[in-house]
Amino acid sequence: MKHLISAADLSRDEALLILDTAEELSQVSDRSIKKLPTLRGRTVVNLFFEDSTRTRISFEAAAKRLSADVINFSAKGSSVSKGESLKDTALTLEAMGADAVVIRHSASGAPHRLATWVRGSVLNAGDGTHEHPTQALLDAFSMRRRLGRLEGLKVAIVGDVLHSRVARSNVLLLHTLGAEVTLVAPPTLLPVAVETWPCQVSYDLDAVLPKSDVVMMLRVQLERMSAAFFPSAREYSRRYGLDPDRFARLHDDAIVMHPGPMNRGMEISAAVADSPRSTIVEQVANGVTVRMAVLYLLLGGAI
Amino acid sequence: MLIKNVRILGGEAADIRIENGVIAEVGALSGEGLDGGGLIALPGLVDLHTHLREPGREDAETVQTGTQAAARGGYTAVHAMANTSPVADTAGVVEQVWRLGQEHGHCDVRPVGAVTSGLEGKHLAELGAMADSAAHVRVFSDDGKCVSDAVLMRRALEYVKAFDGVVAQHAQEPRLTEGAQLNEGVISGRLGLTGWPAVAEEAVIARDCLLAAHVGSRLHVCHVSTAGSVEIIRWAKSKGWDVTAEVTPHHLLLTDACAEASPVGPYNPIYKVNPPLRTAEDVAALRAALADGTIDAVATDHAPHPVEDKETEWGAAAMGMIGLETALSVVHEAMVETGLLDWAGVADRMSYRPARIGRLPGHGQPLEAGAPANITLYDPSARAEVDPSGFASRSRNTPYVGMTLPGRVVATFLRGRPTVLEGKLV
Repeated sequence: MKHLISAADLSRDEALLILDTAEELSQVSDRSIKKLPTLRGRTVVNLFFEDSTRTRISFEAAAKRLSADVINFSAKGSSVSKGESLKDTALTLEAMGADAVVIRHSASGAPHRLATWVRGSVLNAGDGTHEHPTQALLDAFSMRRRLGRLEGLKVAIVGDVLHSRVARSNVLLLHTLGAEVTLVAPPTLLPVAVETWPCQVSYDLDAVLPKSDVVMMLRVQLERMSAAFFPSAREYSRRYGLDPDRFARLHDDAIVMHPGPMNRGMEISAAVADSPRSTIVEQVANGVTVRMAVLYLLLGGAI
Repeated sequence: MLIKNVRILGGEAADIRIENGVIAEVGALSGEGLDGGGLIALPGLVDLHTHLREPGREDAETVQTGTQAAARGGYTAVHAMANTSPVADTAGVVEQVWRLGQEHGHCDVRPVGAVTSGLEGKHLAELGAMADSAAHVRVFSDDGKCVSDAVLMRRALEYVKAFDGVVAQHAQEPRLTEGAQLNEGVISGRLGLTGWPAVAEEAVIARDCLLAAHVGSRLHVCHVSTAGSVEIIRWAKSKGWDVTAEVTPHHLLLTDACAEASPVGPYNPIYKVNPPLRTAEDVAALRAALADGTIDAVATDHAPHPVEDKETEWGAAAMGMIGLETALSVVHEAMVETGLLDWAGVADRMSYRPARIGRLPGHGQPLEAGAPANITLYDPSARAEVDPSGFASRSRNTPYVGMTLPGRVVATFLRGRPTVLEGKLV
């Protein structure tokens, strides 16, 4: 496998290999010297057209722990703001000899287009409202660590599915790995034809919660309110927010996840976010490990 | 001049004598002449919907290159859409475009006038002045934008009755399609591209049919793309209302699945067009509607764009695809090979009816004695991979790149004068 653009690109064996590799690499993160020589002399470009400090530094840390040279290219203050096309940016990176390009872009499909213009590997770090496959991998990794398995796990993904690249990648990957996903959202925030996705769909969070092993809350952007996706932040929170009352209805082993950044008090209450059953901080740490595994396997040619 | 051994509308072999740009005689004629070698003879094709881009975007197309592309596609007349820069909303601009067409002489150019000034949807353009100009405008359209204001649409429909004009509506409810990228459905949901719902087209068509009936006017619907639109138009026609409709070749052949998987990779904006490519069910409904006459005409919506406007991420790309040089082959593939239309049907949908809708004299007439000698000779046995490098159009944004299509336009005659011979421009 050359690129990682969609979670659908991964077979079950490939996905498990990434998770298992991440498990091995996680030991590096526990050492005092957190560095492996694996990618010495290889160049990884972080090409970020959208602000996303957390994802960028996660990829940066992952590449650096594998001793790769890292070039950060952010759209702000670069030639992109002067109107350079994605293709010309790609050709520039190509000329600099990038072995891998990690791209975050506001346009769905931008990584697919980039892959037609560069020779190196393309890693999708989030494209528009399409996908964010390394987020799904780190989520699966976090679930497996906490709950010991993925097969048969009941996962509720709650919130703005329509605009969520995290939801799309998670549905695809978790389905591949044998988990059962239920999407929960107001009908306005579900895509047309969502019934064709490999998952269940519900409008009723309270009905889904007691059966769930994992509840993943998605960030809801307040500007969706002005576009009439829901009447008010309060109403959204009342119907789809994970507050302490709802949290109490989860079974004892269930965990709560959030890809961040959170709107505390909107889709998730502070008490829930900070509870021991929340994996939110672990997800960040696991992000580095999983991205190390992806870089290692893609650039090492092991998958 | 004598054209020997051609099959008029695919029928028995016959010869055609042309004198002074008019068909003088048809039948088994004596004398030497151009050997048609059993090619199909069709009346010169008429396009109701062409973007020639001049004035303003001569980097994409000019009247010269666009009409050359038309001639190569077998067309003898095209309607040049109004969304140029400046907009064709005055007698001056439409006369300029018309005159450029006359000068270059590859096919007749009938400009379409804008319905509203600057395509802004606020005030009626001077429709009468354009109608009375040398360009004799009869088709009015804000194509690219919808005349969404119901009162303005009503007034336009009423006003053009004075000179037997027609309003050609680009049916797209603007609020329902803000930021829209691709047909809203399975594919758009999966690709995370903002959906362009069928209802945004159908709601406007339904409203406009009712408006046209109410004021007793003629309505033409541009680039119908959904099965639901077909049902509404069928219903309007069943009421006896004066509604006509066109479909593009690409909506007869391609689907939104092209955005996900294609010979040129996923998210390739070569397939980005407005209205968007729809589903296989829509394609089937459009073909059936063209076959039964609910949809009157094939119109190319030939929309040239320079390479840099398509070599981008999907969301940033321009909408539209070129089509003049592939239209007949696509209709051959989608309608004739499938048995839905014979060549007489093709002549009706690509020549007779579009000329009638556009009130275009001297075009769209059967190949009989006395008719202007606008003739297209077509080789139906050819089959070749689409090669954009050979196109006369200045642009290369064809969605058929890499596809194999049937047929080839061998010759085109405009009032007896060849504009294309042996597949090459004269």
